[in-house]
Amino acid sequence: MRATAAEETQSGPLVLLCLASWVIPGAGHLWLGRRSKGLVFLVALPLMFWFGLRIHGRLFPFDLSEPLVALAAVADIGIGLPYLIASALGMGGGEVRAVTYEYGNAFLIVAGLLNLLVVIDAYDVAMGRK
Amino acid sequence: MQSHMLLLVVFAFFVSLIFAVIAKDDLRDQVRFGGMMFGGFVAAAIVLGWLMYPFPL
Repeated sequence: MRATAAEETQSGPLVLLCLASWVIPGAGHLWLGRRSKGLVFLVALPLMFWFGLRIHGRLFPFDLSEPLVALAAVADIGIGLPYLIASALGMGGGEVRAVTYEYGNAFLIVAGLLNLLVVIDAYDVAMGRK
Repeated sequence: MQSHMLLLVVFAFFVSLIFAVIAKDDLRDQVRFGGMMFGGFVAAAIVLGWLMYPFPL
C-alpha cells in the first residue's frame, strides 16, 4: 500500500520522535504534549533500570552464539540512554552469586522492554490512533 | 535489599504503573487499572508460591 502524502511528509519527524522516545524514556510523550505521561515514564523507567543495576543485575553482551543472551542484550538496550551511561561507567557487570542477581536481570530486561512499548505508544499517539 | 517479597512488590509496582499509564488516559482509570494489575501480580505470586510449596514431593 502506498503511503499518503501526509504520511510521507511526517515520516521524518516520526523517526526523530521514536528515536528521542527510545533514547530518553518519555521524551516522545513530552514532545507530543502528554506531559504527565511523559514525566511518569521519564522517572519510573530509569529508576527501574537503576534499581536493577543496584541489585546486581547484569547488562548482557551481544553474544550471537547464545541466542537468549543476545535477546536479553536487545531488551537491555531498549532503555536507551541509561544503558549507554551504565555501560560507559562499567556498571552492570552482574554478581551471579548475589541472591538478587536474577531479580536484577528481570528489572533491567523488563525496563528496556517497557520503554520499547512506550516508544510504540508514542508512535501511535503521533499517528492519531490514540 | 534481599527480601524476595519486597522485590516482587517493587517489580509489580513498576510494571503496573507503566502499563496503567500507557493503557489509560484518565487518572482515575489509571489508578483503578494499575491497582487491579498490581493486586493481581502480588496475589498470583502468593497463590502460585503456596501451590509450589509441596514440591519437590
